[in-house]
Amino acid sequence: MSRQYLIRRLLIAIPSLLGISVVLFCVLALAPGDPFGELVTNPAIPPEVAAALRAKFGLDDPVWTRYVHWLMAMLQGDWGFSFVSRMNVDKLILQRLPTTLVVIGAAQLLAIVVALPVGVLAATRPYSVFDQVANTLAFIGFSLPTFFTGLLLILVFSIKLDWLPFVFRDDINATGLQWLWEQVKQSIMPVTVLGLFQGASLVRFVRSAVLDVVRLDYVTTARSKGIGEGKVVVKHVVRTALIPVVTLVALQMPIVFGGAIVTEQIFRIPGIGSLLISSILANDTPVVMGVTFVFACLVVLFNLIADVLYAWLDPRIAFR
Amino acid sequence: MGCSMNEGELRRLLAEVKAGGLSRRVFLRRMAAVGLTAPMATQLLAYSGVAMAQSASTYKPTKRGGGGLLKILWWQGPTLLNPHFAVGTKDQDGSRIFYEPLAGWDPEGNLQPVLAAEIPSRENGGLAADGKSVVWKLKQGVTWHDGKPFTADDVVFNWQYATDPATAAVTIGSYKDVKVEKVDDYTVKLLFDKPTPFWANAFVGAQGMIIPKHLFEPYIGAKSREAPTNLKPVGTGPYKFKDFKPGDTVSGEINPNYHMPNRPYFDAIEMKGGGDAVSAARAVLQTGEYDFAWNLQVEDEVLSRLEKTGKGKVVIAESGNIEHIQLNSCDPWTEVDGERASLKTKHPILSDPAVRQALALLVDKGSVEKFIYGRTGPATPNFVNNPKRFRSSNIKDEFNVDKAAELLEKAGWKKGGDGIREKDGKKLKFVFQTSINQPRQKTQAIVKQACQKAGIDIELKAVTASVFFSSDVANPDTYPHFYCDLQMYTTTQGQPDPGLFMNQFCSWEAATKANKWQGRNITRWQNEEYDKVYRESENELDPVKRAALLIRTNDLVVSNQVVIPVVMRPVVVARANKLQASVSGWDNNTWDLQNWFKEA
Repeated sequence: MSRQYLIRRLLIAIPSLLGISVVLFCVLALAPGDPFGELVTNPAIPPEVAAALRAKFGLDDPVWTRYVHWLMAMLQGDWGFSFVSRMNVDKLILQRLPTTLVVIGAAQLLAIVVALPVGVLAATRPYSVFDQVANTLAFIGFSLPTFFTGLLLILVFSIKLDWLPFVFRDDINATGLQWLWEQVKQSIMPVTVLGLFQGASLVRFVRSAVLDVVRLDYVTTARSKGIGEGKVVVKHVVRTALIPVVTLVALQMPIVFGGAIVTEQIFRIPGIGSLLISSILANDTPVVMGVTFVFACLVVLFNLIADVLYAWLDPRIAFR
Repeated sequence: MGCSMNEGELRRLLAEVKAGGLSRRVFLRRMAAVGLTAPMATQLLAYSGVAMAQSASTYKPTKRGGGGLLKILWWQGPTLLNPHFAVGTKDQDGSRIFYEPLAGWDPEGNLQPVLAAEIPSRENGGLAADGKSVVWKLKQGVTWHDGKPFTADDVVFNWQYATDPATAAVTIGSYKDVKVEKVDDYTVKLLFDKPTPFWANAFVGAQGMIIPKHLFEPYIGAKSREAPTNLKPVGTGPYKFKDFKPGDTVSGEINPNYHMPNRPYFDAIEMKGGGDAVSAARAVLQTGEYDFAWNLQVEDEVLSRLEKTGKGKVVIAESGNIEHIQLNSCDPWTEVDGERASLKTKHPILSDPAVRQALALLVDKGSVEKFIYGRTGPATPNFVNNPKRFRSSNIKDEFNVDKAAELLEKAGWKKGGDGIREKDGKKLKFVFQTSINQPRQKTQAIVKQACQKAGIDIELKAVTASVFFSSDVANPDTYPHFYCDLQMYTTTQGQPDPGLFMNQFCSWEAATKANKWQGRNITRWQNEEYDKVYRESENELDPVKRAALLIRTNDLVVSNQVVIPVVMRPVVVARANKLQASVSGWDNNTWDLQNWFKEA
C-alpha cells in the first residue's frame, strides 16, 4: 500500500469538505427561521433584548462574513457555540456521539450476522424455497422505511404486549447485570429496526456476490478434488465473494447514519441524529453545521476506507 | 362604559371582604363576572389590605424521600439550565427543578411563598401606600446546594445580573423598571419609578428564579456564557443537580437539606426530552412508562382515547393564552415607502364596520371547540381570558350567517353573479393566513364555509410555523408583517396581569418597517380612546380604577372587532393516576415540584 496514495486521497478530501461546508452554510442561511423567534412572540421580553442577542451572536452580519468567521474558528478547532444551549458545539456532539455509535454499531453487527448466512445459503441453493422466502423478506425489509417499522414495533411490543419500553434512557440508575438487562431491553427495538433495514439490502448483495463466484471453474475444481461442500463454500467461495461485500458495508455506513436520525427521533435516543433534528427545528445554525459536518467527514472517511480495504483484499487492484 | 360593575360597588365589596362579611371566593367570583383575572383580583385584595389566601396544603408524606424515581417527559427537552437565559418554557421548567423564586403563582392566581418568608401586603407593611415600593422578607436558614447561605445579597445580585445588557438575559423585561436595595440580610426593597400596581413580577414565578451570587458574580455581563454553573446548576430547590444533556435529559437527586419539611417525596428526578407530543401522551396515559408529560398539543379526541386505558389522566389548567383572528387595519395590498400594510393606508374593505361585524358573526366558535379542540380549547368571546368562572359577561357571542348577510346587505354589499358580494367595484374577498398546524387549517375551513354562505370569498393561506413565527425582517410571510387581510394564531399572556398583555393594541406599538416589525401591535389598529384608556391604566395608582380601565380595553378591542377571539388555550398535561401534582397556567409546569408525591 503506498503512502503517497493515502496522502493524495486525504488532500482531495479537503476541497470536497470545504465545498460541502459552503453549500451547507448557504442552505442554512437561506432557510427561513430564526433561533430567537420565540423571544419575539413573548410580550415579557423587550424587543431590544432580542436585537442585542442577535447582534451578540452575529446573526445580523452578511452570510459570507458569518461563513468566514465560522471557517476560521473551525480551522483553529473551535466548533462554535450553540445559540440555544449556550454551550460549545463540540461538547454537545461528543456528549451524544457514543450513544449513536453504540446503537449504529449494534445495528450493523446485527445486519451482518443475519445477512451473511442467509445470503450465502440462498446463493448456494438458488431458486429453492429458502431462497424465495429470503428474497421476498429482504425486499419487504428494505422497502419499509425505518419510521414505519419503528412505529409498528412500538405499537406491538410496547403498547399491545407491554414488553419493551419505547423511550430510550441514557441514565439508567442500576448497576451490573440489572443495568445490562435494562440497556438490552431498551435497545432491542431501535437496533432491530436499523439492523434489519440494513440487513435486508445486504442479503441481496451477499447472495449475488456468492452466486457470481459459486459457478467459477476453480470452485468446480475444488469440488472435484473431493473437498466437502461446507469447506468449499466457506474456504473457497465466501472468501472470494466477500471482497465486494466488505467494501459495500463500509460504503453503506453513511446511509446507516441517515437511518439513525429517524430512528433516534422515534425512540428518543440521545444521539447526534436527534440533536440534528432538534437543532434544525430551533434554527441553531452552529450545531446543525457541526453535526452535518461530522456526517460529511464520515462519508468521506468511509469512502476512503472502502477504497483502501478493497485494494488490500484484492491484490489485483493497484493504487494509482 | 361597557363594564357592568362600577367603581363604587367594587370598593363596597372590598370593604366587605375586609370586614369578613364576604368570602374571598365569592369576591373572586364577582370579580370574574366583570372580567377580572384571578391574579388581578387577588392583587386588588392585597392592596386593600386583605392577605392572599394560602391554599391549604394537601401534601401527605410525613418524611423526606422514599418515593423512588420521578420520571417526567417533556417532548422538547430543556437546552439550558440558567433561568436568566431560559428562552422557552422548557428551559424554565428544567431550571425550576434546581432554582426557586421568592414566590410562585398557584392555579387560582394566588402568590405562594417559596423563598420568601411571607407575601408582601399592606397589612404586613410589605406594600407601600403609594405603590412605589415593595418589601420582601426572605426565608431564613435556606442554603444553596453547596451549603452556602441564601441571603438578600443573592436577590440583589440577580437584579444586577439580569439588568446588565451585556449579560443578554431574557429576564431583563422583569427587572429593568425596578431598583432593588438590600435592607438587611433577609430583607430586600424593590423601588419603582412610578406607581406599579402589578408589583409581583421581579423575583416571582417563571422569570423570577434566583441564582447564587457566589458562583455567578465573576460572570456578570459579557462573560455570562462562560460560567461553569450555567450547565451545572446550584440552587435552593428540592433536587440537586446530577446530570444534564441539552435537549435530552436533566436529572437530579434529593436535596437532603431542603428548606421545607418532609419535602421532597421523590429520591431522584429525571426529565427526559425529545420525540413528539402524541407519543409523550402515550408514555403516560397508555403504557405508564412516565409519570408526567408536558404541553400535550394533541387533539382532544386522541387524548380521550389514550385516557381510556386508565393509567393516567389529562389535566387542564386555565391560562391567559388565546387563539384569535386578527383583522388588518391597514391595506396589505398597496406598497407605500417599501412596506405593505403601511400606517399611511387604510384597509379598503375592512375599514367598513359592517364588514367587521359580519365577520365576527361568521366565526362558528362553538363548532371549533366541539369538533377541533374539545377540552383543550373552550370557545370564548373575550380577548383577556381567565379561569372559566372568572369570565366577563359584557360581551355576547353569536354565530349567525343570516344576520351577517343582512348587515352586509344594509351596508350596500350586494351579491354579484358569482355569489360574492361587491360594492363600488370592490369584491368582498379576503386572504386568511395562519401557521401550518392541523387544528388551525380545520378552523380556517370552518370560517371559510360560513363566509361563503354569506357571500364573502376567503382565500386560505398556510405558512410553515418556523417562518410564520420568525422575526425575519426580510420574510413577508411572518405574522408581524401581517401582509394579508386576516390571520390567526395563539398569543400568550405569560404574566398573570393583563397590563403588559394589552399594550399590543396601543398606537405607538404598531409593527412597522421602521421598527423592523418588532412593535407588538400587529393589527396596526390605532384608536385614540384605547390609547387614552391604556395610558390611564398605566398611570392609575388606584388598583380598583385600573382594573376597570383594563376591562374597558378588552371591551374596546372586541367590540370594534380588532380581533375575533376564538378559543382559549389552557395548559394541557398528563399525569399518572397516583401522582399528585399541581399545575398552574400562571407559572411553570414544575412550579410546585417540591409538593409532588404519589398516593400510596
